[in-house]
Amino acid sequence: MSFLELDRVGKSFGPNTAVEEFSLTVTKGEFISFLGPSGCGKTTTLQMIAGFLDPSHGTIRLEGKDLVAVPPAKRGLGIVFQSYALFPHMTAAENVAFGLEMRNVARSEREERVRAALTLVGLAGYEDRHPRRMSGGQQQRVALARALVIRPSVLLLDEPLSNLDARLREDMQIELRQIQRNLGTTTILVTHDQIEAMSLSDRIVVMSKGRIEQIGTPQQVYEQPASAFVAQFLGKTNEFAAQVDRTAGQARLLAGSWSAPAPAGLSGPVTLSVRPERISFGDAGLAGRIASRIFQGNHWLFQCDTECGPAIVIRQNDGQPQPEQGAAVHLSWQASDMSLRAARAAA
Amino acid sequence: MSATADTSDARAGLSLALPALMLFIGVVVIPLAMTVMLSFHDWGQYKGIEPVFILKNWMEIVDDPYYLEMFWRTFRVALLATLITAVFGVPEAYILNRMQGPWKGLFLLVIIGPLLISVVARTLGWALLFGGNNGLANKLLMTSGLIDSPVRFMFTETGMIIALAHAMMPFMVLAVWTALQRLDPQVENAALSLGAGSLTVVRRIVLPQIMPGVLSGAIIVFSLSASAFATPAIIGGRRLKVAATLAYDEFLNTLNWPLGAAVAVLLLIALVLIVVGSNALIERRYQEMFR
Ligand SMILES: Nc1ncnc2c1ncn2[C@@H]1O[C@H](COP(=O)(O)OP(=O)(O)O)[C@@H](O)[C@H]1O
Ligand SMILES: [Mg+2]
Repeated sequence: MSFLELDRVGKSFGPNTAVEEFSLTVTKGEFISFLGPSGCGKTTTLQMIAGFLDPSHGTIRLEGKDLVAVPPAKRGLGIVFQSYALFPHMTAAENVAFGLEMRNVARSEREERVRAALTLVGLAGYEDRHPRRMSGGQQQRVALARALVIRPSVLLLDEPLSNLDARLREDMQIELRQIQRNLGTTTILVTHDQIEAMSLSDRIVVMSKGRIEQIGTPQQVYEQPASAFVAQFLGKTNEFAAQVDRTAGQARLLAGSWSAPAPAGLSGPVTLSVRPERISFGDAGLAGRIASRIFQGNHWLFQCDTECGPAIVIRQNDGQPQPEQGAAVHLSWQASDMSLRAARAAA
Repeated sequence: MSATADTSDARAGLSLALPALMLFIGVVVIPLAMTVMLSFHDWGQYKGIEPVFILKNWMEIVDDPYYLEMFWRTFRVALLATLITAVFGVPEAYILNRMQGPWKGLFLLVIIGPLLISVVARTLGWALLFGGNNGLANKLLMTSGLIDSPVRFMFTETGMIIALAHAMMPFMVLAVWTALQRLDPQVENAALSLGAGSLTVVRRIVLPQIMPGVLSGAIIVFSLSASAFATPAIIGGRRLKVAATLAYDEFLNTLNWPLGAAVAVLLLIALVLIVVGSNALIERRYQEMFR
């Protein structure tokens, strides 16, 4: 059942279009990420859901009711801002209590819920601290507690972890996911970090230049990218110019000296993309030479020059001998590990 | 190694600061010290200034209710003018900060523009509008039949307060506007999303955060108003004196320089105490929040 629904939502600032034709259906309890490079319209979309921006086109519905007509104060959504936007003149507890005060929750219940919320985010004992005297991670947790304590129908997070250092970010990712699972709050996370999006979300909305490129589970967008943009944005990928040859009795897909039976539907020049960790070295396949190799602890990273241009290959450090720099190699992969697109006519 | 570098650095710093230091000593410290000394000298109608050390002038100011009243008036007028600038200046700055594009620049100019005009000219404007029967505004109001007798403005404390508040308004607006610009606009959005109405946002979120700005604006306006000369001189004349006009009169009309010096020094001390004291209070109050 659709819980939150965006239907062909668009937003223009004067002559510039920030978001176009954004359609998405979110089910209750789902964790969705908006993933894309900076400036692709993620924040704008989130602010339209929050009500701080009015969409230029389209409708937004929550449980079937039109949300656009509702002022932000009445939407009942929990929002965590990139800058945290804590109230600097209030203590952590006062910050968290603010939303409950606005809802006229009785004092005793309010105190109980504030304590529970701060405990949930691991900040029990910090009630009387002012935000300026807390670390970035702690401020982040206060902001999360403040958004969750009002039991929002949807939790909106705008790059909440981008101001934290790498180690803390990983901890917070795990915690965020656990809290969200336990509470079952429908959540939308904005991020430009593909690892974060993949490790947290049920589904990812990949965006570029104000448009949706693909919506899918982390595995889907990683393994079956709908466009070159998605393939490249979600981790490293290799793209080879290939040919579907239907002249012989059986149609073949050819990339240099690598070949496989061609799938139905495509013919002529195609773009073949395959992730570096799915390529193995063998006796037959795409011929090339190791240009350089880098040891990265649990894996090796190889740069190869091949018949079809440069390629990268990642091999697990499983104790097997690996090819040396300058060695002649053949690259091969399973047909199920690659994805194919018709090459653009001009290219 | 580093110690020598430090000492030579310190010496270089000192020699660089020396010209400014000399200037400061020459034009601020020495005249001030001389004024303080002057306030302890004796004066008589026929003998003039006698360089002795007596407390006569100070006793006179403290004992004579005439002088005391003038000091009270000075601070009363300054305080009320400060309140008025705060009451009107804070919303003005808030609205200014909310404005977009060219309007913002235009209105900022309108607010700061008066600073480019002499305060004498601005105060004389009030005199032209409300100066007795011939004041423009008074004439208009009387011919239109709205009032029977002219609005009493000149030579009143009310007039002085209004004219001072008008002259000092830009300082308050600028101080508050600076504080507003430091606010994260998302903080207001955060309050909205938690269910606060726009009035609640202003009262509970915006005002407390800009309070240090309002208070520092108030300190500026208060000290400028309490030591103002031109506006009280034009509106109050010699009938309604404040400390600054009193000191002026003692120096230039009565020629009792020592008494004038005592008045000036007392005003200075009172102002310094008030400013330093309230500043310390503000800092202590907002220490938690803005560290
Ligand atoms: N208030 C605004 N006025 C004009 N342009 C804006 C405004 N807010 C965002 N934009 C533009 O809209 C585009 C999308 O911005 P944003 O949603 O903030 O991107 P993201 O959050 O994905 O980095 C950008 O090109 C940005 O310059
Ligand atoms: Mg953004």
